[in-house]
Amino acid sequence: MNWPHAIILPVVLPLMTGALLLLAERRAERLVPAITMLSVLAQLAIAATLAVQAAQGQVQAYLLGNWQAPYGIALALDRLAALMLVLTALVALASLLYARNRDANRGAHFHALFQFQLMGLNGAFLTADLFNLFVFFEVLLIASYGLLLHGLGRARLRASIHYVVFNLAGSSLFLIAVALLYALTGTLNMADLAMRVPLLPAGDALLIRTAALLLLVVFCVKAALLPLYFWLPETYGSATAPVAALFAIMTKVGVYTIARVYTLVFGDGGGLAANVAWPWLAWLALGTLALGAIGALASTRLRGLVAYLVVASAGTLLLALGLGRAETVSAGLFYLVHSTLMAAALFLIVDRVTSLRGEAGDRLQPAPVTTSPALLGAAFFFCAAAAGGLPPLAGFLGKALLLDAAIGSALAVPTWAVVLLAGLGTIVALSRAGSVLFWRSPATPASVPDAARSTPGQFAAIGLLVAAMAAAAAWAGPLHAYTSAASRQLFDPAAYVGAVLGARPVPAAIDIRREMRERGGAKGDKR
Amino acid sequence: MNLLIASALGVLTGCGVWLMLRARTFDVILGLTLLSYAVNLFIFTMGRLRVGAPPILDPALPPTLQQYADPLPQALVLTAIVIGFAMTALLLVIALRAALQVGSDHVDGDRDDPNREEASR
Repeated sequence: MNWPHAIILPVVLPLMTGALLLLAERRAERLVPAITMLSVLAQLAIAATLAVQAAQGQVQAYLLGNWQAPYGIALALDRLAALMLVLTALVALASLLYARNRDANRGAHFHALFQFQLMGLNGAFLTADLFNLFVFFEVLLIASYGLLLHGLGRARLRASIHYVVFNLAGSSLFLIAVALLYALTGTLNMADLAMRVPLLPAGDALLIRTAALLLLVVFCVKAALLPLYFWLPETYGSATAPVAALFAIMTKVGVYTIARVYTLVFGDGGGLAANVAWPWLAWLALGTLALGAIGALASTRLRGLVAYLVVASAGTLLLALGLGRAETVSAGLFYLVHSTLMAAALFLIVDRVTSLRGEAGDRLQPAPVTTSPALLGAAFFFCAAAAGGLPPLAGFLGKALLLDAAIGSALAVPTWAVVLLAGLGTIVALSRAGSVLFWRSPATPASVPDAARSTPGQFAAIGLLVAAMAAAAAWAGPLHAYTSAASRQLFDPAAYVGAVLGARPVPAAIDIRREMRERGGAKGDKR
Repeated sequence: MNLLIASALGVLTGCGVWLMLRARTFDVILGLTLLSYAVNLFIFTMGRLRVGAPPILDPALPPTLQQYADPLPQALVLTAIVIGFAMTALLLVIALRAALQVGSDHVDGDRDDPNREEASR
């Protein structure tokens, strides 16, 4: 299939489904889960098709409203964007399978918000325009506010206030950076920016660097980098499990936008602001990684622990970007796939474990469990091994690739030290948590409460994510070939710029202006 | 006019940041609102300040940049205003709900509540 409009589908489909669901909620409530499921399956199929197209190596541009590129908004699909789309659809499918019939019914509008969230995510991955990126950020944020509040409760309300205020402040900074860039270059199209930023006069050096670094702050708010990650453990720790699993992809939006903007616009060809982000990013990422591991060790609750693992994985990814070479970025993208699946799976498993422990909840202390959760324990062990970066899983390969690629860079020693020590810390934290939860907790064969019994959907969701992780390890070769190609594509902005700016509007079948003139003339004659 | 706009931006941002750092949700919301005013004004200024120039093509004027105001920042501001407005409304609802449920408008919930630690676990 090479239908030119396929690129817009990942945005339009969830939008339409979300709108339809808002209507269907009132009239035909029983259809709602089926509609969402169909839509997410279709999105997965579309994302896979687009990935197959992107794997051929060409950047495809789509001109919204048929406007020539720097004037209208363009969408662009390359290998990285396609990879993110597939990953989003996969995590969404698992999250939805898990939420069906159980968590989705704990509040209103879950499915509609879910679709709008997907729309925001897909749009952010596809857009080639900075202001449009802002709009998609807001779409995904406003949906995420609703999803975070899903189920309500004190802790969730408290976390929401922090999360919303923090992100609103971030949005303000985003707008300031965007306005500065527009004032300097007169464009917001990323490909056009890549052409114009190098041409700026030397007098604008300070301003363009300010704009670039302000933008970095905004993306780091999303990606949870060192001084800006404090919202994450609380937010992810208090969201309902399927929502937290979906949020696992949200920090990756920040990582994606950093990878996109700081290679395309402020990369090697960035003129006065060339490679402005990498030195900051690498050191801060090292700090994030270290603190993520320390936070995981210090957590007294299981969900907090997993949330800190998300922080640590964001640190690893940003470190891979911060080293600023095609090989490290390739390793980082490889690790991104794995760590997203891992975080989502862990959030779901933690929720199952918690429901078995009655009043003890997810506190890390021995407490009687109602059944002996053999299968769950195995899944937890698998994900813990994945999180710690143990062979033979993809996490190990990702980290090994990263360490290998870091040799020879100026930061090789701190990178090796921090990545390995953080891995050790993660393993210690998870093995301690696992032994408390599964071995030191006596099984009391009491009657299992209804909420503790897993639905087939919940098993399927965890199984899907675990299987996807295993697949990422089994087909690590092709996946790595794909991420290296994606990374090479990132470091060769000329292809992206050429595709976006070179895309020509489709000639109109009817010349509307002439038609209007003629009709207007005809009307005038009649009168 | 440059001085006036610049000082207005400075005052709005300063007040906004100060209010945002306070501990009550209402102050924080006011601060965010002021900050978003500042940002909107900033975007507007980034299209260069010009008085009395139309942003829409007029056949009576020669089609040079000297005759027109840049319409794009105006469109951006419009979008930013709409989004900022919606977000503020949402934040107000959340803050109100939290205040009713927790019984305090402190951003961290009720500081004096002895059960707070218990409830947050």
